[in-house]
Amino acid sequence: MHTSLTRIAAVLIASTMLAGVAQAETVRWARSSDSLTLDPHSQNQGVTHTFAHHIYETLMWRDTEGTLIPRLATEWYVKEGDPTVWVFKLREGVKFHDGADFTAEDVVFSLDRARSEGSNLKQLHAEVAEVRAVDDYTVEVQMVGPSPLYPNNVTNTFIMDKTWSETNNVEEVQDFAAGESNYAVLNTNGTGPYMLTSREVDVRSVLSVFDGWWGEAPEVTEIVYLPIADNATRIAALLSGDVDIVQDVPVQDIERLQNSPGFKVETGPENRVIYFGYRFGDEPLRSSNITDSNPFDNPLVREAMELALDRDAIQQVVMRGNSIPTGVATPPFVNGWTEELDQYPAPDVERAKELLAEAGYPDGFSVTLDTPNNRYVNDEAISTAYVGMLGQIGIDVTLASRPIAEHSPIILGDETDFYLLGWGVPTFDSAYIFNDLVHTKNETHGTYNVGGYSNPELDEKIISLGTETDLDARNATIAEIWEVVKADRVLLPVHNQTLAYAMREDITLPVHPENQPNMTTVVFAE
Amino acid sequence: MLAFIARRLFQSVIVMLAVAFIAFMVFRYVGDPVSSMLGQDSTLADHAALRERLGLNEPFYIQFFSFVGNALQGQFGISYRLQQPVSQLIMERLPATIELAFASASIALVLGVVLGIYTALRPRAFSTGVIMTASLIGVSLPTFLIGIGLIYVFAVELKVLPSFGRGEVVDLGWWRTGFLTESGLRSIILPAITLSLFQLTLIMRLVRAEMLEVLRTDYIRFAKARGLSQRAINFGHALKNTMVPVITITGLQLGSVIAFAIITETVFQWPGVGSLFVNSVAVVDVPVMAAYLVFVALVFVVINLIVDILYFIVDPRLRDGAKSGR
Repeated sequence: MHTSLTRIAAVLIASTMLAGVAQAETVRWARSSDSLTLDPHSQNQGVTHTFAHHIYETLMWRDTEGTLIPRLATEWYVKEGDPTVWVFKLREGVKFHDGADFTAEDVVFSLDRARSEGSNLKQLHAEVAEVRAVDDYTVEVQMVGPSPLYPNNVTNTFIMDKTWSETNNVEEVQDFAAGESNYAVLNTNGTGPYMLTSREVDVRSVLSVFDGWWGEAPEVTEIVYLPIADNATRIAALLSGDVDIVQDVPVQDIERLQNSPGFKVETGPENRVIYFGYRFGDEPLRSSNITDSNPFDNPLVREAMELALDRDAIQQVVMRGNSIPTGVATPPFVNGWTEELDQYPAPDVERAKELLAEAGYPDGFSVTLDTPNNRYVNDEAISTAYVGMLGQIGIDVTLASRPIAEHSPIILGDETDFYLLGWGVPTFDSAYIFNDLVHTKNETHGTYNVGGYSNPELDEKIISLGTETDLDARNATIAEIWEVVKADRVLLPVHNQTLAYAMREDITLPVHPENQPNMTTVVFAE
Repeated sequence: MLAFIARRLFQSVIVMLAVAFIAFMVFRYVGDPVSSMLGQDSTLADHAALRERLGLNEPFYIQFFSFVGNALQGQFGISYRLQQPVSQLIMERLPATIELAFASASIALVLGVVLGIYTALRPRAFSTGVIMTASLIGVSLPTFLIGIGLIYVFAVELKVLPSFGRGEVVDLGWWRTGFLTESGLRSIILPAITLSLFQLTLIMRLVRAEMLEVLRTDYIRFAKARGLSQRAINFGHALKNTMVPVITITGLQLGSVIAFAIITETVFQWPGVGSLFVNSVAVVDVPVMAAYLVFVALVFVVINLIVDILYFIVDPRLRDGAKSGR
């Protein structure tokens, strides 16, 4: 009698203790490729950043709505009386994984490292003149001139521990052009919620929760990161129960996964717009049968091409519903997007033919379309569909399809007359698009302005966006620029991509617009 | 014999130089590594600067000679994609490919020889017809289709085998093996079967054809007339004489399996040198691609050397021929 009472009591006490102890939850997360390096300033690439956001942290970052939220910085503002200085107030009580304290000198060190020659992030901090620590928890960033949008550029600039970097000789970002490897490529010390337990490149990496993290303890306590290159194998791994979350889901599998019991698919818009671009200027096209003029230079021809583009058909047939057609070359989260700009005309083949005839090309013309085939979702299929649509109005298009590694040099080397490209906007502001796609091509701007569109008036306005501190005036200028860009049809936007993540039914990982989901946002069903 | 080996080694060096030369020429047309490395946010000035520093503006022969010079010192440079030394990357991933190649070659060899003998000795049996037809299917279906099919049947539907990866591995010094763990052994089954099907068919048909031919020769008839048992004839005499071409083909196949198990490794996410090569090609990671192709040339050269030496051992006619200087 006495024994069994003790036993019952023991069991009851044990079960209450179990209820109090947090469950250890492991999540096996599969993607199509691995992080390239663990050195946080070496590469400016999405997959690498997504992985790094678990180990390292940034001053601020974006939530699943795309809003800028505090992280290691609790406040940020322009200094009173000096519009060229940004002040960041830092979070107190934050520790690095090795126990060191996070202070302003770590921020200064990290921002300087991100601006250094070997860093691929330096373009984001091009306007920074100097970074200085005012006290242990305040950092001032001195800009070259007023830079109202600098905070948008720090969302992927990670903070490293200065002392750790000095001890391990990683003050310099790896210089792989000189053939050196460095300690930070495979080792980490960050402030983030997870610590690196093991790393086998292209095989698996394991992260375990960091007990000393400043934020609320995440539900996921262990992450096993599994790059699986083959699309079918990745989905098979989910269906067989070998992985729990698949981030890169091929479009053709979405419907099937949605109908599979035990699994679900989360979808959401991505911060990436897909568009066609063409050559401006009166030099005849290299790939066309018209040798005395450039058809694309004629606004009537560009209008005809837009009227031939049936975005909704592409959405339904090519993308199987997984895209958001748009009439403006920017994703909806970006500052400057409006519903009016988003409108696009219904396709009108007859009118398009009329316009072509009016423009002086009653028999149409021929041209080559350069498209990548392994970079954007169904990129080649979109181009193929558009070739058919242009054929209907009399434009005879030859499709040249290449892997992105060969497509990029053609784009950057200005060797194309007509091309497909996708553009993401990490700063969530239109100026980023204008700087690279609309501004006249020169040493510092217009890198991807392949068509050679040049409008000096617009150039001036674009430059002014970098330094205008009156946000209302700035937004008005942005609206003006977009009006001209849309009226001139500088680019021909097709749609914004959507993201789909597939996962076990009892897990919820919300879609992140920059495709940088974080496992701290995972919620398990009860 | 020694002179023979020395001559072959010399020829091998020439082969490897030729491969490196052709590979280098082709790489100029595979795309631009710089845009893969620098990404969207870089300026044209950055691109130009990186090209300069990587030596990509140098004329072709200078790039080639510095590559060869470095290679002779064992320096294959740093991977543009993973930023680790190339030789280290290849060495890390070699055990996985070799184990897979070894497993699949064993399956192909054993089953191929057994089935080849069986179908040769019973040419008109119904089972022979079934085996020959089934083997044709194994050859006509592409590797990735077989791989995906096996994954769906055994991993997704039956859930008895893993769908990807190598499983748990054990470090034996430098070599990482998957043969010592249960998950490792289970993981190698499907990829090894996928990779072995093509070789198996080849070996089986070759053994069958050779044996049928040998069984018709005079010395086999005389052996029967002498009263030797069927078993002694089949295995003691006929089989030995069929092995020379089989060794040649197996050798070449083994070389190509090690070098080009690329598709199978990609489908099964097998962490070998093949998947390393595929990932490198996608981003034009020239150091890895160049080192890999030179390595592949080395593999073929070594295997062919071993095969030629095996001829000497297996075929007494060659040994005697060499001795008498004929």
